[in-house]
Amino acid sequence: MSARFVAPVVMGLLMLGLWEGIVRIAEVPPYVLPGPIVVAETLVSDWGTLAPSLWITLEITLEALAAAVVVGVLLAVLFSLSRWIELSLFPYAIILQVTPIVAIAPLIIAWANDVELSLLICAWLVAFFPILSNTVLGLRSVDHNLLALFELYGAGRWKTLIHLRLPAALPYFLGGLRISGGLALIGAVVAEFVAGTGGSASGLAWRILEAGYQLRIPRMFAALVLISAAGIAIYLALSLLSYLLLWRWHESAISPEG
Amino acid sequence: MRLVAARGVSKVFANGVRALDGASLDVGQGEFLSVLGPSGCGKSTLLRIVAGLTPPSAGAIEWPAGKTDLGFVFQEPTLMPWATALGNVALPLRLGGVARGEREARAADALGHVGLAGFEHTWPRELSGGMKMRVSIARALVTAPRLLLMDEPFAALDEITRHRLNADLLALWERTGFTVVFVTHSVFESVFLSQRIAVMAARPGRVLSEIAVDAPYPRTAAFRTSADYAARCRLASAQLAEAMAA
Ligand SMILES: Nc1ncnc2c1ncn2[C@@H]1O[C@H](COP(=O)(O)OP(=O)(O)OP(=O)(O)O)[C@@H](O)[C@H]1O
Ligand SMILES: [Mg+2]
Repeated sequence: MSARFVAPVVMGLLMLGLWEGIVRIAEVPPYVLPGPIVVAETLVSDWGTLAPSLWITLEITLEALAAAVVVGVLLAVLFSLSRWIELSLFPYAIILQVTPIVAIAPLIIAWANDVELSLLICAWLVAFFPILSNTVLGLRSVDHNLLALFELYGAGRWKTLIHLRLPAALPYFLGGLRISGGLALIGAVVAEFVAGTGGSASGLAWRILEAGYQLRIPRMFAALVLISAAGIAIYLALSLLSYLLLWRWHESAISPEG
Repeated sequence: MRLVAARGVSKVFANGVRALDGASLDVGQGEFLSVLGPSGCGKSTLLRIVAGLTPPSAGAIEWPAGKTDLGFVFQEPTLMPWATALGNVALPLRLGGVARGEREARAADALGHVGLAGFEHTWPRELSGGMKMRVSIARALVTAPRLLLMDEPFAALDEITRHRLNADLLALWERTGFTVVFVTHSVFESVFLSQRIAVMAARPGRVLSEIAVDAPYPRTAAFRTSADYAARCRLASAQLAEAMAA
């Protein structure tokens, strides 16, 4: 077990112990701040309500991430093939990125007329830009001598893209993907907050709102814990994917001991 | 017979730098020609123009018997890090549409020629600088081109490795009979390797003069320590100094 694993776990346990201790000693009522043990109990007792919501939030997040990958990579490839497409579209991608999602979520919800679809669109909107900009950067960061070599052997745009630009962009794309994974989750949660409605399928954000109205603070914390856990799980999964794809050749995946 | 010639080639880059001004060069069929000159005199630019990778601003590249296939070795190894040594060497064949079985056999063969048999499945990051350079040379040789353009391929290597690669290259050239244009800034290297040395000068970049090296082949390690070699190096240095002063 490396320090990389042990250190954060020990730190986490210490913080939880401290939290529980303060709550007990100061006799803080659970509707103000529940201790970690109460939260854990609620997680178990309310699992029947929370699990379906977790699943829905995860589903929206992963669908949005998948859509972000498809659109981000396709746009990046288009940009790399045509300077004109890039010049005309990139500013709008930036506008989409810098516009706060809470500001446009109500519009999207009104237009989409379907809660789940609008959440998906919001999560996609915040997730796709890192993938797009990183992949564009990667497709351009090709060794110019390798490009000359491909030209020398008569490789056209298509072969250059497949055999040179895409592999060179892979590490950049994976870096963007890791950022986008977390953003997609945030987008899905924030949009549901803005929507403020459960509808037929309610995600974790709605559970938090609902628990707040009902003053069921431990359940609110339990839902929060699930959101964090989902975020960590997504990050770890994407890091593993990145490692599996790069460990043989890329500097980022090589341990210093060799 | 002439294989390729540069006729009054000039190159002005977009930023206004005049890299070449009327550079002319003849390359004979089967010849080993060195291009010698100080840093920044336009050697790389001339080589890229000959290869067709950069268009000249004025002048022309002539191919009396039609343009031949060529191999290019850059100053750096320029390998794809995501491909093994075999994958890198097989690249030109892959781009040319050669079937997998054949291209891997030919790539393994080319790796053998540069002394890297057994390293087929090694990744570039696991190779030393000299080994990467040899992979790069194998990649240029795998299509069995009639013309090999090399841009200071051994400049970044230590002397021991450089001497060995010099010997390997000469052995390969004598055996195969391709044409070599070898860019270098080392008088000693150019005298050891080539039959003829084209001397370039900077600002503006042009070909000043030629030095003939008529020592017989094979040139071995014994040649490198011989009085004959030392005398030729001295003569070439003097001619170089004279050309530079003029
Ligand atoms: N793409 C470019 N754009 C602008 N200027 C360039 C470009 N490539 C080369 N130059 C300039 O042209 C001149 C000749 O460059 P070149 O690389 O051909 O020199 P060189 O003889 O190969 O030098 P070295 O021995 O250091 O490799 C230099 O002054 C360089 O700054
Ligand atoms: Mg150069």
